[in-house]
Amino acid sequence: MEEKKRRVRADVLLIAALLLLSGAFLLIRQLRRTGGNMAVVYVNGTRTAAYPLSEDITVTLISPEGGTNVLVIENGAADVRDASCPDKICVRMHAIRYAGETITCLPNRTMIQIEGREKAEVDLG
Amino acid sequence: MKKTRRLTVMAMLTAAAMILSYVESLLPSPGIPGIKLGLANIAVIFALYRLGWKEAAAVSLVRVGMVSVLFGSVGALFYSVAGAVLSLAVMTLLRRLDVFSAVGVSVAGGVAHNLGQILMAMALLETERLIWYLPVLVLSGLGGGILVGLCGALLVKRIPPV
Repeated sequence: MEEKKRRVRADVLLIAALLLLSGAFLLIRQLRRTGGNMAVVYVNGTRTAAYPLSEDITVTLISPEGGTNVLVIENGAADVRDASCPDKICVRMHAIRYAGETITCLPNRTMIQIEGREKAEVDLG
Repeated sequence: MKKTRRLTVMAMLTAAAMILSYVESLLPSPGIPGIKLGLANIAVIFALYRLGWKEAAAVSLVRVGMVSVLFGSVGALFYSVAGAVLSLAVMTLLRRLDVFSAVGVSVAGGVAHNLGQILMAMALLETERLIWYLPVLVLSGLGGGILVGLCGALLVKRIPPV
């Protein structure tokens, strides 16, 4: 019985530690977030395009394998509205507007990230 | 005879794990990749406690492979295998150290599964940014990890040894 008690106490400690650590990380991130002004597209880790959040625009991103993600910028936020991938996880993810926020489409190896403190530019690579 | 029996139990556990994966895929998803209960881990925990780490590894990896072939995409297989391998390693180690009950082992295994998937995604997409998903996944996964651990412990207690 003593053994069991010791294990349960260790369990509770582990769970509490995980809760505290994750909570603290998220809180710090929330407090430090700043507005972004660019939606930058990365495919396979390479920056391929950037769009200013100030302009409403709809673009279809095409991955090297031919997969597509429809990126919509509206009211200063970027959102993926449609995609060719089977899971549509990127479509269900929330619109992003703060620096560092990302929408990721793993099947198309595509990531859209909000970046700040940068001049507006459109470089389609 | 003993060997056949073990093999049969492993096959049954793999089948149970696959069914649990399927049942879980029917539940509504919150829209963030990687957030799930991890019900299939009940079978892996049972295998780990009742049979041993090699048997648990077989159940887990065969489950991941079969589920990926049957209901998933091959692309997702990379992430699942990375998660499953890291999770198995952590759970085996903790089981051996005997610090936690099955609940702690399951929770740690869940976190390791998330970490493995994120590390694989970071490697494939070549971006460190994704590590920020970890706290989100850990917070959302704690409940599932506790539930899976409790179920696993209950089964180990209630089902007579083979």
